[in-house]
Amino acid sequence: MNNLLLEKQHEQYVKKLKREKKEIVTWQIFILFAFLSLWELAGRYTWVDPLLFSYPTKIASLFLTKLQDGSLVLHTTVTLLETIAGFILGTLLGTLFAAILWWSRKASRISDPYLVVLNSMPKVALGPIIIVALGPGYVSIITMGASISIIITTLVIFHSFHTVEPNYIKVIRSFGGNKKQIFREVILPASFPAIISTLKVNVGLSWVGVIVGEFLVSKQGLGYMIIYGFQVFNFTLVLLSLLMIAIFSSIMYLGVEWLERKLIKH
Amino acid sequence: MSFLQLNAISHVYLTKSAAKEAISDLSFSISEGEFVSLLGPSGCGKSTLLSIISGLLRPTEGSVSLQNEIIQSPGERMGYMLQQDYLFPWKTIEENCYIGLKLLNKLTPERKEDTLALLESMGLSDVRDAYPDQLSGGMRQRVALVRTLATNPDLLLLDEPFSALDYQTKLKLEDLVFKTLKAHQKTAILVTHDIGEAIAMSDRIILLSPRPGKIAKIFQVPSQLQTLLPFEARNDSTFSANFQSIWKELDSLEQSPT
Repeated sequence: MNNLLLEKQHEQYVKKLKREKKEIVTWQIFILFAFLSLWELAGRYTWVDPLLFSYPTKIASLFLTKLQDGSLVLHTTVTLLETIAGFILGTLLGTLFAAILWWSRKASRISDPYLVVLNSMPKVALGPIIIVALGPGYVSIITMGASISIIITTLVIFHSFHTVEPNYIKVIRSFGGNKKQIFREVILPASFPAIISTLKVNVGLSWVGVIVGEFLVSKQGLGYMIIYGFQVFNFTLVLLSLLMIAIFSSIMYLGVEWLERKLIKH
Repeated sequence: MSFLQLNAISHVYLTKSAAKEAISDLSFSISEGEFVSLLGPSGCGKSTLLSIISGLLRPTEGSVSLQNEIIQSPGERMGYMLQQDYLFPWKTIEENCYIGLKLLNKLTPERKEDTLALLESMGLSDVRDAYPDQLSGGMRQRVALVRTLATNPDLLLLDEPFSALDYQTKLKLEDLVFKTLKAHQKTAILVTHDIGEAIAMSDRIILLSPRPGKIAKIFQVPSQLQTLLPFEARNDSTFSANFQSIWKELDSLEQSPT
């Protein structure tokens, strides 16, 4: 086959890929648009109870009002900072615990049943205790955001540390490398993919912990906005909060994906 | 005085169900610059023996000494090459080659330069910034050889380093390893189950019998084969006669009741 023909075929192939991509994006936009329109109509013509389900333009106007009086920015910032802090804290401490368990085989064997129990326990149930112990403020809320992800992070990352190809370790040992060097050169970099995938899970978990924490503390944040909206029967406010959560948790997820591309090239 | 001396090595593996003797009262010595192969059926403890020589594994009884110094732990004096390359996929080829020096805290500009020269001599300087997954199996094993030689070890331990490669690559790499080791006047021990490879590469072949591993017989490879490159040795007229005699010996070991 001559070069010209090959080039032509490649061109067609690239075109086809582009066309497929375009089609998918078009569908995605269409679904979003259709959903919003249907919701709007359903709310306005009271096919569904607008008191309960509200409708997009009502949420949008509330969004503008709350943006102007500054309260939306405040509540969103508070929740976002608490979530990021809980997320980072949970992941770092979980990784640290995993490292300790990897370091001492005995520690890992002793702690095994306790980790299993702690993992199966619903951490948000500890909320009331945490709030009384640490006071009804952001410290408690961050603790809840972190506590919900810490055990599962420990378990997943420890498993990844433990299952690193033993021959990589043999390479380091054959050069006389010690345990610290094994950890730094092999165990940690080999586990980056596992750490990143726990980050992705932890984004969602931290939001759960923080929102529940704000429900209980009821002072500030999007969780507070939801509870307040619920109490005064303003479901437009509840839906607005949910919208903000959806937007910012997606942004955090995209951030983790960006980090993944940066960290894991090979 | 011999370069490497194994004194009455025994090794016992302990499991929940039993204690198994893998190696029993094994002694031999190797002189400097010699290339020795350990050949034997599976279960003869040849890889265990290599781990013991490297210091990765402490023998239950006996000792290994390199130039009259008893080996306690692995280190700079030994270079270990595994069955597969086990290059770190998250490091570039260049970084992979430096790992030994880095671990030994000897990553000086001069040593870096020496390593790069070695990489170039293996025809790998184009790929120094590439990652292992971009290289073929033969190239990767060549990088692993550079990684092993970069720390300038006195003794090379080769644990079936060609067994995972296709035949053609294996033949080429045998020649390359042979030439490189001779050029740097290295002493080497090769563990293999491939009779042809053992004859083509080594000066002496130690045949081990299984369960527990001990020396069954030692073959001296004829001097004319010793000097030839492995590929040429395989084509030499005396090669097949040597092959036959070792084959018979190995066959009788495998068939003898255990």
